[in-house]
Amino acid sequence: MSTTLEQDRRPAAPPSRAPRSGWTRDSVERRVLAVLRWLVIAFLLLVTIFPFYYTVMLSVRSLDQVVQDPGALFVPPTEWVMDSYRSVLASSAAGGQGFLSFMRNSAVIAFATVALTLLVSLPGAYAVSRLEFFGRRQISGLFLAVYLFPSILLAVPLFVFFTRIGLRGSLVGLLIVYVSQIVAVSIYMLRNYFNTIPVSLEEAAAIDGCSRLGVMRRVSLPLAMPAIMSNALFVFMIAWNEFLFALLFLIEERDRWTVSLGLSQLAGSIEIPTTVLMAGSVIITLPIIIIFFATERLLTEGLTAGAEKG
Amino acid sequence: MSQRADASGAAPPVPAPDGEKPRTAARPRRGRQRRADARAGLVLIAPTFIIVVVMVVLPILWTFSMAFQRIRLINLRRAGIFGDYSLANFRGIFTSESFWTSMWTTLVYSVLGTASAIGLGLIAALALRKAFRGRTFVRAAMLLPYVTPVVAATFAWSTMLNPQFGIVNYWGQRVLGWDEPIAFLSQASGELSLFGLQISVPTALLTVIAFEAWRSFPFAFLFLTARLQAVPGTLEEAAHVDGATPTQRFAHVLLPQLLPTIAVLSVLRFIWTFNSFDDIYLLTGGGAGTEVVSVRVFNALTARGDIGAASAQALVLALILAILVGVYLRRFRTQEEVA
Repeated sequence: MSTTLEQDRRPAAPPSRAPRSGWTRDSVERRVLAVLRWLVIAFLLLVTIFPFYYTVMLSVRSLDQVVQDPGALFVPPTEWVMDSYRSVLASSAAGGQGFLSFMRNSAVIAFATVALTLLVSLPGAYAVSRLEFFGRRQISGLFLAVYLFPSILLAVPLFVFFTRIGLRGSLVGLLIVYVSQIVAVSIYMLRNYFNTIPVSLEEAAAIDGCSRLGVMRRVSLPLAMPAIMSNALFVFMIAWNEFLFALLFLIEERDRWTVSLGLSQLAGSIEIPTTVLMAGSVIITLPIIIIFFATERLLTEGLTAGAEKG
Repeated sequence: MSQRADASGAAPPVPAPDGEKPRTAARPRRGRQRRADARAGLVLIAPTFIIVVVMVVLPILWTFSMAFQRIRLINLRRAGIFGDYSLANFRGIFTSESFWTSMWTTLVYSVLGTASAIGLGLIAALALRKAFRGRTFVRAAMLLPYVTPVVAATFAWSTMLNPQFGIVNYWGQRVLGWDEPIAFLSQASGELSLFGLQISVPTALLTVIAFEAWRSFPFAFLFLTARLQAVPGTLEEAAHVDGATPTQRFAHVLLPQLLPTIAVLSVLRFIWTFNSFDDIYLLTGGGAGTEVVSVRVFNALTARGDIGAASAQALVLALILAILVGVYLRRFRTQEEVA
């Protein structure tokens, strides 16, 4: 607001004001912003990290301790209790919540989604990027539309359709849904990368006698490896975190629950203490955090290139 | 099919990307190559195309058909494409007051959620612009809310905000002097006293908006950071030499550079927030004045098994979204042309 007012006076101001004292608008702003910057950084760190810290902290305390002293900010390692983890991981036959089997389901479905999505989208992305074929532009437009499409609108017909053909409740049905939702984004991301690979490299290979498939396999794919990796991570993350379709499709089949669904369903029952739920949260978040910090740069590229629906 | 590919291959108006000089001699070969390319392209794109058509396009068309029929989960077997079409579902929507309350909630939630997520992302991007020790770590930490499974994130929040043993209420009562614990997620409206004034605020709705801002600001942060890196340093230097203060440099140099990115972010975030289901369903279950339309659709589908009503509500939601985005894009485009 004041900037526009100040602007009119500006041209003459700085030279005349600056030498008078250290308190020009420029230096005041500079000092205030320098302090503000660190405050903002501290605030952001607190806000982003604290919920995770809190989750971990509750997961190693017993429920009694939490109720007695809800405001604790630190728990010394000597007081850690691992009961919650034991309870959440043990199979339901052993009186636990069976998270190990949920994790297996999630891992199976996430890896299968990655494999299938890449299998379908790699040739597709190559085609959209390199080959001039009938309807190429329209197809790209269609994929963009799919990418922006509300999943809640798709949830209704897919739910009904899979109920009717009897595939609802199977992991295969869920897998098909995931692949169909992600493949368009995946093509979009990979296409952008293929576009940055110079065509001349492929032409050189073609002159040397490579067929179109040979060029793809020997030149384009190896060059696109970084993009393929970041795409794979991105797809894995979406499939591992997905909640809505898992809820719609698998809710009646407890032994096929994914981690997200399992955790959300446990939350509904009163007998399960919060600390156990927190241990469950840590367990389902850990794979994502490990992947994330191990491959932060790759994943960041994936996020900016694709952007998750959510 | 090959006929068409041939025609487009031979048509001169579209200059081929690699069509430079040796037109005459290489022509038959080029043509054959291009036809082969066209065929290969169709073959390679076919799997994706089929999946998308079968699993996305057809289901949407089917939603239209279901929205005009009275289908329930129980009588699903009898329902077909040639059912009894009627406007009953839409009549139900347009005469129901709660649907429009819910639509209004959705709108408030998406507008405020989008704006605060982008605002926070912008502040974060600016604060982390200059390098310092540990910036890589801080940047990585900024992305945590976005990559965490939504179920775990909502859990952490609902536990922190729990009125009985949540840490926020504990310290709020001790340090901030709250008289009693605040039920952030189950209180539809609360009294806030600000400078002696009693203001009624929609507590739960504001909480889910705050969650939305927290969860998706990293998205804006990433894009704005990338854009900031591309702003040429000379621009700011020139402004600095001319005596522009930091805030002036931001308002007159940086912001105009960032505006197109912010505009795109607004559209994307708005679309996703408008349809988002997970966050609110997991935080409040749609209670306490936070029932957005997507939660209603879900309830109609699963709790009541009313497929017709669910389809119709989802369609109205998508339609309103399309109109809003369309209006926004048109306004944005005309502004671009003026500028």
